[in-house]
Amino acid sequence: MKKLFKSLALAGILGALMSPQALAAGDGPKPAKNFSFSFEGVFGTFDRAQLQRGLLVYKEVCSACHGLKRVYFRNLAEPGGPEFSVAQVKAIAAESEVKDGPNAEGEMFDRPGKPSDSFVPPYPNDEAAKAANNGALPPDLSLITKARSGWHGTLKSLYLYSLFNGSGGPEYVASLLSGYKEAPHGEEKEGLNYNPYFAGNWIAMSPPLSDDGVEYADGTKATVEQQAKDVAAFLAWAAEPKMEERKKLGLMVLLYMAVFSILLYLVKKAIWSNVKH
Amino acid sequence: MSGHSNYEFKNPVVNWLDTRLPIFSLMKGQAMDFPSPKNLNYWWTFGGILATMLVVQLISGIVLAMHYTPHTSMAFDSVEHIMRDVNYGWLIRYMHANGASMFFVAVYIHIFRGLYYGSYKEPREVLWMLGVFIFIVMMATAFMGYVLPWGQMSFWGAKVITNLFSAVPYVGDYIVTLLWGGFSVDNPTLNRFFSLHYLLPFVLAALVFLHIWALHVPGNGNPTGVEVKSGADTIPFHPYYTMKDLFAIVVFLMVMAAFLFFAPNYMGHADNYIPANPLVTPAHIVPEWYFLPFYAILRSIPDKLFGVIAMFSSLLILLVLPWLDSSRVRSGKYRPIFKQLFWVFVLDCLVLGVVGGNPAEGHWLIIGRIATAYYFLHFIILLPLIGLLERPKPLPASISEDVLADSDTKNS
Repeated sequence: MKKLFKSLALAGILGALMSPQALAAGDGPKPAKNFSFSFEGVFGTFDRAQLQRGLLVYKEVCSACHGLKRVYFRNLAEPGGPEFSVAQVKAIAAESEVKDGPNAEGEMFDRPGKPSDSFVPPYPNDEAAKAANNGALPPDLSLITKARSGWHGTLKSLYLYSLFNGSGGPEYVASLLSGYKEAPHGEEKEGLNYNPYFAGNWIAMSPPLSDDGVEYADGTKATVEQQAKDVAAFLAWAAEPKMEERKKLGLMVLLYMAVFSILLYLVKKAIWSNVKH
Repeated sequence: MSGHSNYEFKNPVVNWLDTRLPIFSLMKGQAMDFPSPKNLNYWWTFGGILATMLVVQLISGIVLAMHYTPHTSMAFDSVEHIMRDVNYGWLIRYMHANGASMFFVAVYIHIFRGLYYGSYKEPREVLWMLGVFIFIVMMATAFMGYVLPWGQMSFWGAKVITNLFSAVPYVGDYIVTLLWGGFSVDNPTLNRFFSLHYLLPFVLAALVFLHIWALHVPGNGNPTGVEVKSGADTIPFHPYYTMKDLFAIVVFLMVMAAFLFFAPNYMGHADNYIPANPLVTPAHIVPEWYFLPFYAILRSIPDKLFGVIAMFSSLLILLVLPWLDSSRVRSGKYRPIFKQLFWVFVLDCLVLGVVGGNPAEGHWLIIGRIATAYYFLHFIILLPLIGLLERPKPLPASISEDVLADSDTKNS
C-alpha cells in the first residue's frame, strides 16, 4: 500500500508538470485577473441570471461586430444554460432577421429568426468585417473562452489551480473588457487602444463597455466590471454548453469508481492473503 | 501458443470446439494459468492499463469517426457539432483527447519501468524492440489525430512536423509533397491523415499482439531481475494478477476522469479552439506535451538535417539498448550507480520536456543542448561503462528467497 501511495504521488507530480501552458514562457501579455465565477470548481454551475444579463450585453454591445455562430437560439432554453422559457426564446429569435431560401420562385428572402436558427453574424463574410473595422477582424465569440488561455505562463496554470479557479479563459475575457488603460505617455498609436491583457498590448477594439451602457432588467447595477463578468460568463456557457452535465456525470462516475476500486482492493487483498509476495 | 489442447473441458460444446480450434485452452493457458512471478509490484500493472487505454481509444475513436468530417472547410465545425449536438458527443470527444494524453502517461511509466528493472535484457530483447515500435507508431497516430480537429495548432503543428522531412537529402522535397498530397498542408493532407489515423491503431493492435506473444515466451520479468527458478516463485495470472491489474486500471481511470470531467482542456492548447488559418502563424507553435522532449532535442541542434537525425536517433537508440547496457545484473535495485543515473536520466527527460515547451532561445537553448547531450551520453557512454565499473549488490538466490527476506524485515 505504501508503494501504491508513492506511485500515486509520482503520478500527481507528473500530472502537474504536464501542462504545456505551465511549461511555456511568460513573455506574453499580463495574466488575467482571477475573477471568481459561479461555474468554477468541481460543483460549479452557471448563474442563470448572470447568463441572461450576459446575453443582454452581447446583444446590445458585442453583437454589433462579433458573431456567435455556433450557438443556436434553441440552446438558450436548454438545461444548464440561461434557461429561458420556450416562449422567451421564440421572442429572442424573432428579433433577428435570417436569410432563407430559395423559395418556390428561386428567390432568397428574409424572415424572422426561429429557435432552430443560429445567432446571425453581423457581417456576411470576413472581408466585409475587416472592411468595416479598419482591417481588423473581430473574431467569432462562440469559443473565445476556450481559445484564450488567460493563465498562460504562470503557476496558476497548474491542474489543481485550474480545478478550483477555472481555466483562465473567461477570466481573460472579463479582464480584457474591464482592463483598458491610458496608453503610456507618448506612445499613443493611431486607431489602437492600450490594453495590458491583450497579446502585444495594442488592441483595435475601442473600450466597448461603459457604466450603465446597458440596463439590466433584474436591477443589477451595470458597472463596467459587472458587464464584463456577465458577458464572460455568458460566453463561457456559449463555448461549453454541456459543462453542468459534464461535471454532474463526472461526480457520479468518480463516486462509482471510488467505491468500485475499494471493493476491488479488498477482493485483491483477500485473494493475495495466502501468498507471500 | 499452438499445439494440441492439454485441457479437458466439462462443457461438451466447449470441448468439441476446443479440439478443433483450441482457443479455450489457449485462453486458459495464456490468460489464466500463465505462471507469473509472485513479486510483481504496481509498476507492472501498466501493461494492462495500456491495453485498456488502447481499447478506450479504439472505441471512442470509431464513434467519433461516425460524426467527423475530414474536410478543411468542415472538420472544425464537425468537431463542434460533436461537442454540442451529438448525444454525449462531448463525453466521447473529451474521452478520446484526454485518453491520448493518459495513454502517453501510461506508456512513459511503462517504458521507464522497463529501463529501471532492465526489462530489455536477454532473453527479452525482441519484446523490448516491439515495444519501441509500438511507441513510435503510437506517436505517429497521436500526431495525426491532433491534426484532425483542424485548429490553429493542428495546422501549424502539421506544417512544422511534415516540413522536417524536407531535411532528408535529395528526396526530402518529394517526401514532403507526398505527405501533403500537394504543395502545402491542405485538404489532401487532412484526408490522408484521417485515413492513416484510422489505420494505425489496428497496426498498433497487431504489434501489441506480438508484444504479448513475445512476453509469454520467456514470461514476465520481476523486480529482482532473478529469473523464475521453480514453481514456488510463481502464481497463476488469474485470479492474482487479473484482480491486481483490474484494481490498478480503475485507479488509473479515476485519474483520467479527474481530467476528462473537470479540466478537459487542461492538456490541450487554447489555440486549437481557433480554426486553422494558413495566413496567421501562432506566437508559439508547441506540440502536444508528450512530444516536448523530442521537440527539444530537435531544436537544440542548429542544423535542420542533424536536428531531425538527433530526434529520430533519440527514439531508435532504444532499439539497441539491450546491447548498450553491459551489466549482467538485470534489476536496477541491485545496481547502486545505475540506480542513481537512472533518476538523473528521468530528470533529464523532464528537463527536455520543459525546454520543449519554451521558445528555443537564450538560456532555454543552452539548457536544451546540455540535456540533449546528456540524453545520448547516458545511452552511449554511461550505460556501457558503468556495467563494467560498478560492483552490484548480492542478488537473492530466487524470487521466493527475496520475498521471504522482505517479509522478515517488515515483521521485525
